[in-house]
Amino acid sequence: MSSATADAGHGHHDQGFIKKYLWSTDHKVIGFQYLFTGMFMALIGGFTVYVFRMQLAFPGMSVPGFGRVTAHDYNSLVTTHGSVMIFWVAMPVLIAALGNYLIPLMIGCDDMVFPRINRLSYQLFLVSSLVLITSFFVDGGAFGGAWTAYPPLSAKAAYNLTPHGAPLWLVAVALEFVAFLLGGINFITTVMNSRAPGMKMFDVPIVVWMIVIASIVFMASVGPLVAGAVMLLFDQTVGTGFFDPSRGGDPVLWQHLFWFFGHPEVYVVLLPAMGIVAEIITVFSRKKLFAYKTVLYTAIGTGVLSFFVWAHHQFVAGIDPRMANIFSVTTLLISIPVAEMVFVYIATLYGGSIRLTTPMLWALAFIGEFLIGGVTGIFLGASGSDIYFHDTYFVVAHFHYTFFPIAFIGSFAAITYWFPKMFGKMLNETWGKVHFWGTIIAFNFIFIPLFLTGARGDHRRIYDYTHFPDLMKAGMQEMRVLATLALVVLLAFQVVFLVNFFYSLVKGKKAEQNPWKANTLEWVAASPPPHGNFPELPTVYRGPYEYSHPEAKDDYWPQNQPPQTA
Amino acid sequence: MAFPRPIATTRSATGIPTGRLAVWWVIASEIVIFGGVLGSYIMHRLGHPDWHYQSAHTNTAAGAFNTLVLLTSSLFAVLAHQAAQQKDGKKAARFLVFTVLGGLTFLIVKGFEWASEIQHGYTLTSNTFWSFYYTAAGLHGFHVLAGMVIMLFVAADARHNRELQRVENIGIYWHFVDVVWIFLFPLLYIAK
Amino acid sequence: MISHYLEQASTFARDIDNLILLITLTVGFWFLLAQFLFFGFILKFRAQDGKKAQYISGENKWEKRWVSLPHYATLFFDVLIIIAAIRVWQDVKMTLPQADSTVRVIAQQWAWTFVHPGPDNKLDTADDIRTVDELHVEVNKTYHFELQSRDVLHSFSVPVFRLKQDVIPGRTIKGWFKPTMTGGFDVQCTEICGIGHGIMAARVLIENAADHAAWVKANAPQVAAATPADNVPTGGSR
Repeated sequence: MSSATADAGHGHHDQGFIKKYLWSTDHKVIGFQYLFTGMFMALIGGFTVYVFRMQLAFPGMSVPGFGRVTAHDYNSLVTTHGSVMIFWVAMPVLIAALGNYLIPLMIGCDDMVFPRINRLSYQLFLVSSLVLITSFFVDGGAFGGAWTAYPPLSAKAAYNLTPHGAPLWLVAVALEFVAFLLGGINFITTVMNSRAPGMKMFDVPIVVWMIVIASIVFMASVGPLVAGAVMLLFDQTVGTGFFDPSRGGDPVLWQHLFWFFGHPEVYVVLLPAMGIVAEIITVFSRKKLFAYKTVLYTAIGTGVLSFFVWAHHQFVAGIDPRMANIFSVTTLLISIPVAEMVFVYIATLYGGSIRLTTPMLWALAFIGEFLIGGVTGIFLGASGSDIYFHDTYFVVAHFHYTFFPIAFIGSFAAITYWFPKMFGKMLNETWGKVHFWGTIIAFNFIFIPLFLTGARGDHRRIYDYTHFPDLMKAGMQEMRVLATLALVVLLAFQVVFLVNFFYSLVKGKKAEQNPWKANTLEWVAASPPPHGNFPELPTVYRGPYEYSHPEAKDDYWPQNQPPQTA
Repeated sequence: MAFPRPIATTRSATGIPTGRLAVWWVIASEIVIFGGVLGSYIMHRLGHPDWHYQSAHTNTAAGAFNTLVLLTSSLFAVLAHQAAQQKDGKKAARFLVFTVLGGLTFLIVKGFEWASEIQHGYTLTSNTFWSFYYTAAGLHGFHVLAGMVIMLFVAADARHNRELQRVENIGIYWHFVDVVWIFLFPLLYIAK
Repeated sequence: MISHYLEQASTFARDIDNLILLITLTVGFWFLLAQFLFFGFILKFRAQDGKKAQYISGENKWEKRWVSLPHYATLFFDVLIIIAAIRVWQDVKMTLPQADSTVRVIAQQWAWTFVHPGPDNKLDTADDIRTVDELHVEVNKTYHFELQSRDVLHSFSVPVFRLKQDVIPGRTIKGWFKPTMTGGFDVQCTEICGIGHGIMAARVLIENAADHAAWVKANAPQVAAATPADNVPTGGSR
């Protein structure tokens, strides 16, 4: 590593392409690496869902671009879709890309505290993506035991019929965890130690707080699953019996290890998305965030509670039925902090001066759509009704109303909002709005029908419902077709986004340093910020959301502006 | 080849040096990983009272000896830290090498133990107790090995009085590895 | 609500549907209120030239009501829903009413085997009736079921009963149901169990007393009723 690449100086550097873009330790470049890898993986996730939704709408058809879908393919596609969207899209884009890009800029320093560990984290993540992609092409195909990988199905090739796909999937997931553990340690340490002078705990922007809390929750929940992954890998490859009941093992143990991580994971990706929304709605309503500390405490409360709800995924899994009562209580209680957070955001809009720019539309859509995801969760957290809804399309629709807002609406909000800073160009607003309305309308037309089919008994991960006469009654297939057509429309509208993204990257209008007139420190740096970020490292005088303050001359008051000049 | 640090690395809003802070977070994440293995093991152990017939075949004497070895090596890590605080890099490096030798002894004893157990037919797959035994101890052994390698790098720097703060950091990590063994030893070898 | 689309064919189907209705009404009310405020604010507080936004920190006591009222409302309705949910749960999963008959359900990749007790109404006797993918029960009789799996996880789900229970290899999981109407309905496997998961369908045939007796008579193996079976495999773990 030459000293030129990571020089703390802020001048112009002549660097080769590889050193600048592939082997860089600059947090912004690493953020982009995560962003573009995540976007690429989203294409895989989108393609898989296109193929299996086509099969569901038109069973047995030869899907354009794929061909006939066998039951084996179907399971692999569903598994890949779930794993990719959560582990290789939501996690890298929301936490790694935005965390890497934003944290040093927003807390006013020049880089992460451990730039080389940061680079290693991305490289491990890249390897994990490659391992996963490799697993599509091995003998027997990609793993098809669902993203939850319940043993014994996932443990024995004789059951899952993917002798190579299953271990490769597991290795990829485990590597991904290690990458994010390294990244998380970096985020937490950076925010704890490297804040700009004057930046106290409650001056840290909410999105940074959220990424840090998410990293801590991730770190505290993933350990048992890492251990479980090692055990499952041994079951798969050397023939141990950790999860094999005939040899003294216990398959339900995996479910506990998985969901002890899996449910906090929902909040791991939710919190950063919530943080993004907080930044955007304050800027575009010119309002101080309503009750900053409450948001923070509810986020911490959500994080803590999220460790005590996991077994609501296992109400009917054969656990002690008394346990279901306890977890029903904790699960419904977690609605309190999350509902508060949403109410705080709605209250922030009150008395504002709202401008409906593209990022603002996305942020507002997040709140509106996530509410649907939140309230439908109550049906599933209540043990009595979960007996019926468990593993139906009602569940699928529910968690897509949480995950789609998180992973996509949240990411689009972030990308459209920070694009000027990231690339120094403005995105086209008109095309941005076309993309927004197309995506949002299509999204609702996908999942409202699925709520209905789920409520009528459609169960998950079925490649063809013709074997179930009760599920082929009038209207059912029509709703499946409607959902699929809406999906195709939604995917088509993403082309608008990609074209807008890359066109604006090259030909977009040049962005000013602070086009949205925002307070946080990243807008003090040039657009795009050079290596080292700031011409001189800023000092902080106030909180991040002092919009329309009566004592300030403008309706915004940057964090680094000394008080006397106000 | 020194890697120029960004200003971020040199700041310390909490008052705790960045490197030490990070080591604590590494340990926090390791605790949950080992917690997962041990928690799973304990759950199984409670459900299978018959496992003590299996655990009777572990070599308690070797395990006890290894506990002593690790504790001694931890003592050397403390002495290395003391030397580093007195800015005596050469002395710190020497103590770190002693610590590494302790780790090496641990692994060699472990190697003989495992070889003998495998010879007697107790392999990774022979029974879920042995699966846990090899997985948990193997995971721990891997951490010992990793600690040794990192420690040699730290010692090489410390000899030239460079990066002396790392002597303390690797020491903290080594104590953690030691503590994990203190949990593993009774759970795997002694528990009836 | 659900019953509009799907028959209520067990005693607890109505309870579960009512619970779902209760949650829909309570949660739906608050959902609509929140969306109403949300859209109302967006429409009302659009940017106007020369009009500055208000400066509200949300930290003083009056403003805190925005948070504390939803907080207590959520808590109150959570408790309400929890109570209702647990009552249903107790009934379906934690009590085992006296059974008129017991059936054994054996899941494997990718079929259901149902073991009916036969004329003597006892399992594990030579007159047991074993069927594949077809469960015969009598209406208005309380049944216990014993779930077993031969390979991986499965889940025994009968939507018209609103019943669902995972099947775990190496264990026998017990539960109950009481059919309340005659007819033939789907039995699903709702836990992914390999490539045949989508074809693992069965039917439950609920018959009236006369029809059921006739079916039993026609299908019972011709042996002395009370002889315990020696070589009849009864499923379970492998």
